[in-house]
Amino acid sequence: MRKLAYAAVLLATAAYAWPAAANDGLISIIKDPKQWGIQTGDYANTRYSKLDQITAANVGKLQVAWSFSTGVLRGHEGGPLIIGDVMYVHTPFPNIVYALDLNDDGRIIWKYEPKQDPNVIPVMCCDTVNRGLAYSNGLIYLHQADTTLVALDAKTGEKKWSVVNGDPTKGETNTATVLPVKDKVIVGISGGEFGVRCHVTAYDSKTGKQVWRGYSMGPDSDILVDPEKTTSLGKPVGKDSSLKTWEGDQWKIGGGCTWGWYSYDPETNLVYYGSGNPSTWNPAQRPGDNKWSMTVWARDADTGVAKWVYQMTPHDEWDYDGINEMILTDQQFNGAPRKLLTHFDRNGFGYTLDRVTGELLVAEKYDPAVNWATKVDMDKNSPTYGRPLVVSQYSTQQQGEDVNTKGICPAALGSKDQQPASFSPKTGLFYVPTNHVCMDYEPFRVSYTAGQPYVGATLSMYPAPNSHGGMGNFIAWDNTKGKIVWSLKEPFSVWSGALATAGDVVFYGTLEGYLKAVDAKTGKELYKFKTPSGIIGNVTTYEHKGKQYIAVLSGVGGWAGIGLAAGLTDPNAGLGAVGGYAALSNYTNLGGQLTVFSLPN
Amino acid sequence: MTNDAFGRSILSSVQTRRLRIVPAALLAACLILPAAGAKAQEQPAPAATGAAAVSPDGAKTVGGQAATKDDLGKYTLPDGTPTYHIAPDGTMDWYTYSGYRRYHAECHVCHGPDGMGSSYAPALANSLKTMTYEQFTETVVNGKRNIGHGTADQVMPAFGENLNVMCYLDDLYIYLKARADGALGRERPSKREDKTKAYGANENQCFGRSN
Repeated sequence: MRKLAYAAVLLATAAYAWPAAANDGLISIIKDPKQWGIQTGDYANTRYSKLDQITAANVGKLQVAWSFSTGVLRGHEGGPLIIGDVMYVHTPFPNIVYALDLNDDGRIIWKYEPKQDPNVIPVMCCDTVNRGLAYSNGLIYLHQADTTLVALDAKTGEKKWSVVNGDPTKGETNTATVLPVKDKVIVGISGGEFGVRCHVTAYDSKTGKQVWRGYSMGPDSDILVDPEKTTSLGKPVGKDSSLKTWEGDQWKIGGGCTWGWYSYDPETNLVYYGSGNPSTWNPAQRPGDNKWSMTVWARDADTGVAKWVYQMTPHDEWDYDGINEMILTDQQFNGAPRKLLTHFDRNGFGYTLDRVTGELLVAEKYDPAVNWATKVDMDKNSPTYGRPLVVSQYSTQQQGEDVNTKGICPAALGSKDQQPASFSPKTGLFYVPTNHVCMDYEPFRVSYTAGQPYVGATLSMYPAPNSHGGMGNFIAWDNTKGKIVWSLKEPFSVWSGALATAGDVVFYGTLEGYLKAVDAKTGKELYKFKTPSGIIGNVTTYEHKGKQYIAVLSGVGGWAGIGLAAGLTDPNAGLGAVGGYAALSNYTNLGGQLTVFSLPN
Repeated sequence: MTNDAFGRSILSSVQTRRLRIVPAALLAACLILPAAGAKAQEQPAPAATGAAAVSPDGAKTVGGQAATKDDLGKYTLPDGTPTYHIAPDGTMDWYTYSGYRRYHAECHVCHGPDGMGSSYAPALANSLKTMTYEQFTETVVNGKRNIGHGTADQVMPAFGENLNVMCYLDDLYIYLKARADGALGRERPSKREDKTKAYGANENQCFGRSN
C-alpha cells in the first residue's frame, strides 16, 4: 500500500512537475476536480468543485467514512490538501504536517513537526490558528506561526529549504496560507495589534530566495507603486500616496497586515489580496487616511508593482481589516461580460470591482444590520467618490477618545472575517458565512513598545439587536445586484469556509460542530452531522477511486474562541444572546479532528 | 474555599440576584476551565482572601474589610493589598472602572470578555479567587507557560516592559478581584468616582509624558 501511494504521487508529479519556470503541476491539479492543491481550491478563490456525485438529491444519505485526530487542541482553520492518493493535513501551533495514505484509510505516511519557540504563541492575536498548506511542483509549503516558510518534499516530508519572513519578538507572526504562483511563492504576515508594518513578499519557489517585497504603507519604493501608473478609482495615485496620509513617522508602526487570502489571475498576471487595520485601534492617535491600510491590492506577480489599489475604509475607526478573500469571476454585468472581483469586507459591504482596472461597480451591505456608514459614495463626480459615508453616531473618531461609542454594527470581527465564501458558476451566487454581531467601542491613548500589544480600545460585543438573537447568518449573495438572495439564521457566527459543488450542494460548518449541507438554489437544509468540536475550518471535496468525499477540520478556537466560549456578554444583560445560545461551551469543546464523509456504498 | 480543576467554586461567587443565569454561566465556566484549573494547581492554592462583603462604611470591599483611600483614588486594605470599593448606591472606585477598560484592551483578546476565559486562556474571574496580589503581579510581569503533549499549549507573555499594562497593574488586579468576588457582574461599570488629579499625574509620569 505504501509503495502504491508513493508510486501514485511520483506519477502525478512526474507527469507535469519540475519544469524550469512555471508550476504547471499546480495548474493541472487545480483543473482536476479530484484533487485539491491549494487552500482556496483554485486561483480564483471560488471554492467551487465540479464533482457531482454528491447531489442535492442524495446528500441526505451522507455518512462518515473515516476520521483522524490531529493531536492538537487549538483552533483548526483551513483544510486538507489532496494530491493524488495522499492527503496533507496541518495543525495549529506547533504546525504539524501529516501525509495520509488515502489507499489505507488515512494511515500516516510521514509526519513533520517543526521546532518553534513557544514564545510565539501569545504574540499571535486570537489563537494559534494556521490556514493551511499549499502545493506546487512536488513541494508542500508550510508557513509556520513564527513566520518560517518551509518547503517539504511531498513524497518524504524532507525539508528542501526554509526562509524566515519576519521577527516574532517584534510581534510579526503568521496564520495564513501561501500562494504558489509561477516560479514564486506569495507570502503575507500578521501583527496589526503589535504595530508591525506589514508586507507581502514573493520568494523563489525552488530556493526560497526573496524576489520582491511590497509594504502596505511607507515610501513609494517600499510599497511598490508607480505614482503615475498605479491607479486608485481610475486615477494615478501620485507621489507619496501613503506617506501623505500619516502624521510624522507613524507609518513605521502602521499595521496594514496581510494575513488573509490571495488570488491570482493568469490573464492579467495580477495577485489580489487585502491589507488589514492601521495600528492602533485608537483612531485619534493616527490622523489621516492611513493609506494603504484597509485596501484591495492588485500587484504584478513578477515584479510586485501595484497596478491598482482601492482603500475601502480610510482612517479605520472600528478594526475592519480588509484582508478577506478576493473572488475572481467572469460574469455578465449590466448586459456585458466583465472580469469581476468580489469581496465581502469586514466592514459589512460586499464590493464588486472590475479586476482589470479596479473600477468600483457595486458596494452594498450584505448584512442589513450594518450601520456605521449609510452607503459607499458611487457618484464619480463627488469629492467623496468611493468612500463610505460614515454615521457620526457610530464614529469612534468623531465621538472621541475616552468615549464609549455604542451600538456599532458590525463588531470588530466584521460582518465576515477570514472564513472564505464560495461561488457557484451554476447558480451565479456567492455563499457567504457571516457574523451578526455588534459592539460598543471605546478608544483611548496607548504607547508603543516593540513586540507588545498596541491596541488602544475597549470593546464589548453582542448579537445584533432587534434581530433573530443569533450571532450569524449563512447567506446567498448576488454580486451583480448587491442583494441577499436567501439567508439562514445561525445561533453562532459562521466561522467556517464554504464549499459549493456541481451537485448543487453548498457545505459549511458551524461553531457548535455541525457540518451542514444546503440546497444551492434555495438554502434548504439537506443534511447535518455533529462533529466532535466546533468547526472553524473550511470544507473540502475530492474524489478517490471513483468516490466523492467531503472533508472538514473540527477544532473550535480562533477569534471565535474568545468570548464565544463563555458568551460574549452576560446573557441576562438584555443585549446578550437568546437563552442557551449565549455560551458556545454548552455545545462543544476543544479538539482537533478531521472528518471525512461519503455516500454509502 | 476549594477550587477544583473544573472551577466549581464559581458557585459561591455568583450573586444571588444572578442566580437564574447560573446554569448557563456555570457550565460555560466549567467547560472552558480545565486548563485554568490545571494552571491553578501548579502552585499551592492559598486560602481565598475573602469574597465580596460589606465593609464598615457600607461599601463592598475584599472580605468586607475597612479600606482607606489615598489621593490617587485607590482603596487599600489594612495589610496593604489594593481593593475595589463599591458604595451602597453602586458607585465604584476609579481603579475598578479603569481596570475594566484596560483589561478589555490588553487582556481580553486571550482571557475573554469580563474575565470569563477563552478556548485557550483561563478565566481570570475564577483564577483571582485564589491567586494573591503578589502572584498576580508576578505572573503579569514575567508571564507563564503551560506547554506539552495533550495540552492546548498556553503561553502568557511577560508584560513587564509594556507600559499599557504595567502602568495599570493595580487597576487590573482590582477589577479582576471585583469580578472574582462577584462584587461586579458581567457589565460595563457605570457609576464611578472621578479620576483624581494625582492619578492623572501618576499616569503621565509612568508613561514618561509631561504633566
